[in-house]
Amino acid sequence: MAKVKGAIVVDTERCKGCNLCVVACPTNVIELNEEVNIKGFNYAYPKFHDACTGCTNCATVCPDMVITVYRFKPAKA
Amino acid sequence: MAEILTPEEIIKQGEPVFVKTKLMTDNTLSYCPGCGHGVAHRITMEVLEEMGIGDQTIGVAPVGCSVLAYEFMNIDMQQAAHGRAPAVATGIKRLFPEKYVFTYQGDGDLAAIGTAETIHACNRGENIVIIFVNNGIYGMTGGQMAPTTLEGMVSSTSPHGRDVEMMGSPIKMTEMVATLPGVCFATRQAVHKPGLVRKAKKAIRKAFENQKDKKGTSIVEIVSNCNSGWKMTPVDSNIWLEENMLPVFPLGDIKG
Ligand SMILES: Cc1ncc(C[n+]2csc(CCOP(=O)(O)OP(=O)(O)O)c2C)c(N)n1
Ligand code: SF4
Ligand code: SF4
Ligand code: SF4
Ligand SMILES: [Mg+2]
Repeated sequence: MAKVKGAIVVDTERCKGCNLCVVACPTNVIELNEEVNIKGFNYAYPKFHDACTGCTNCATVCPDMVITVYRFKPAKA
Repeated sequence: MAEILTPEEIIKQGEPVFVKTKLMTDNTLSYCPGCGHGVAHRITMEVLEEMGIGDQTIGVAPVGCSVLAYEFMNIDMQQAAHGRAPAVATGIKRLFPEKYVFTYQGDGDLAAIGTAETIHACNRGENIVIIFVNNGIYGMTGGQMAPTTLEGMVSSTSPHGRDVEMMGSPIKMTEMVATLPGVCFATRQAVHKPGLVRKAKKAIRKAFENQKDKKGTSIVEIVSNCNSGWKMTPVDSNIWLEENMLPVFPLGDIKG
């Protein structure tokens, strides 16, 4: 079966480093960066991006609308 | 065997499945990191967008942390004096019955200073939606005790915990107004987990559909965190919410 794959885009400068997306991700894709953004927040980034399924959980709980989610379903061979 | 795409290729070739609604402005939210107000705003605007009624809706912002909701919700808004949002919404709805009208209020706004306005708008069955964000505290002013503060809960005005002998018990406004015939739908939701956010959004949708069908007042309570007022990290505040708020304010439909 073709497996749905996902990817996220984090709007780094809008992120407040609250960590809610990190705990909401079922496949532990996201971590907070040791680097900070312009506001001084440790921003979220997809550390283990290949594990993303595009489930949208992270974006759903993000209070600041930082995350955009993409999904790709390969055509059946 | 399907080829394995890199995340960059997925972003380029895939479908966007979660994109910020255009009914939220690009202004940075004034809320603390992790505060549930942001999600409550967003799902309300997503419902309006999905119903295609953003340009037919007037929101009423409260006093409280969400006083600036009109900066974030990209629709027509009016800001009301503390607690008066249901009265202002009554006036707007009666003048413009063809518009969708909602209030967005905190627990201090709705259940303390605005108790009378809330109860009487509900009792009149005003055909409006009330979004009630209950974080058990006055967030904006520095974490004072609210009528919804839990028994034993520490706040800046109950430093030894709320003493119900002296201060009464946490008030359940949604259950109270559900007893009124004017209220067609009363429900309690939460937004701290993905599945709960999706459920809360469905409840808000139902509330606006009720308004479309002229059924009367719909109230959607959202039990939320105030990590600053509770003095916890956002993640810890959501765990605390689950363990302490939800037993007192259980989730689910109360009426309708
Ligand atoms: C007439 C009046 N009284 C008191 C205040 C002070 N005040 C501002 S916000 C607030 C409480 C807000 O709490 P809540 O509605 O729970 O909103 P939150 O900030 O928790 O979201 C109070 C008492 C005010 N602005 N106006
Ligand atoms: S879309 Fe789902 S799998 Fe991908 S990062 Fe977000 S929560 Fe994790
Ligand atoms: S939930 Fe949003 S604001 Fe919070 S860390 Fe994740 S991306 Fe940043
Ligand atoms: S004080 Fe509380 S309610 Fe207000 S923005 Fe901060 S966390 Fe949210
Ligand atoms: Mg409050």
